[in-house]
Amino acid sequence: MHLNYQKAEPSIKLKTHTDSTGVCSPHLSLKLELQSQSMAASIAVTANYVLQPPPYALDALEPHMSKQTLEFHWGKHHRAYVDNLKKQVLGTDLEGKPLDHIINKTYNNGDLLPAFNNAAQAWNHEFFWESMKPNGGGKPSGELLALLERDFTSYEKFYEEFNAAAATQFGAGWAWLAYANDKLKVVKTPNAVNPLVLGSFPLLTIDVWEHAYYLDFQNRRPDYIKTFMNNLVSWEAVSARLEAAKVASSSSA
Amino acid sequence: MAIRCVASRKTLAGLKETSSRLIGFRGIQTFTLPDLPYDYGALEPAISGEIMQIHHQKHHQTYVTNYNNALEQLDQAVSKGDASAVVKLQSAIKFNGGGHVNHLIFWKNLAPVKEGGGEPPKGSLGSAIDTHFGSLEGLVKKMSAEGAAVQGSGWVWLGLDKELKKLVVDTTANQDPLVTKGGSLVPLVGIDVWEHAYYLQYKNVRPEYLKNVWKVINWKYASEIYEKECN
Repeated sequence: MHLNYQKAEPSIKLKTHTDSTGVCSPHLSLKLELQSQSMAASIAVTANYVLQPPPYALDALEPHMSKQTLEFHWGKHHRAYVDNLKKQVLGTDLEGKPLDHIINKTYNNGDLLPAFNNAAQAWNHEFFWESMKPNGGGKPSGELLALLERDFTSYEKFYEEFNAAAATQFGAGWAWLAYANDKLKVVKTPNAVNPLVLGSFPLLTIDVWEHAYYLDFQNRRPDYIKTFMNNLVSWEAVSARLEAAKVASSSSA
Repeated sequence: MAIRCVASRKTLAGLKETSSRLIGFRGIQTFTLPDLPYDYGALEPAISGEIMQIHHQKHHQTYVTNYNNALEQLDQAVSKGDASAVVKLQSAIKFNGGGHVNHLIFWKNLAPVKEGGGEPPKGSLGSAIDTHFGSLEGLVKKMSAEGAAVQGSGWVWLGLDKELKKLVVDTTANQDPLVTKGGSLVPLVGIDVWEHAYYLQYKNVRPEYLKNVWKVINWKYASEIYEKECN
């Protein structure tokens, strides 16, 4: 399955396909790997574990998410997950395997193997940057809005549930909008866990590890969540992921 | 129980600021945030005043507030005999009660340099550390490595196993108190490795925080606890 996703400003890369030298290909494309055994089909993975930059400049999310936060969160935390993953899989049978393969293998049904944290966090962070855009927020539309209204009774109810999940994930973790069995649901996960290992398609995420918001909001996680929802979410990315997830589910059904 | 409640209500007016107060006939204690025994800036440069203030006034206060709420809900659920509500409250109690317990220990584990912060332990604890870890440096290296390796949020501890009469280093996740790793474990030194404990100053470099925090560790308090438990 191949989706050509051309966008005018601001450009949104869903996933770029890197060649073996780690160079991003110039066209924007979404490559789906269908795994017929499970619903946990990944939404494009890079076999080279390259630290992709966010699809916008590091200061482009200001004032809602500071340049300083992006410099540390992407430039240090995300980079470390990628670099440490590469070191960790070197010389093992995980080396060179696609990221989603590593994630599922090392999740090991909840009995986490050492490389899980780095692998899942590398995936989660790339997914997170792509869940946001400059001048984001607002309301979704089209098919996505229709499904949100169907599965949560209203957008406002979804907002409440997503907000609550993000606010009540104790310690480090993530809140997600996910798709499985033709239903949308909100889930929260601890540390590096993501919906891929829970058998669903991630559509949207917010990082609620303290490093994601501490420089800008300190302890005020609720303010961070509100800012994310009102000013940062890229509903275009979420809609595109929903389309891809529906295609992937119907193909593997 | 009833006698204790009556006596406490009589003395309630005379009670100075303590870390607990009694409400209701059952004498359910709720909690208040105690003041730190030093100024927020007194641990600089190891831990910034900004971090100490937010850590104490915001994070610890939130644990106290939420713990009290959970306790009041628990009291009601117990009175009603609502078993599933009681069970459902356990995680809120562990998170927030654990957060309160752990931070009470943490503030005592720290001291300004001019009040002995960073001074190596003497006496029986000092000897025990040398026996079990070779040297204080050996212990520090071990705790720093284990603290750095905690994934997500948690704590690294030096504890005393009362039963086996030996010192142990262990970590706990989130706000789990050390006792969740073993009923006979007594915490001597706990170091908070949640990102809120160091991020504004050390950013992503948790090992640098762990290197510096030892300069303000209050070994006198740890020794007191150790000696009390060993006698």
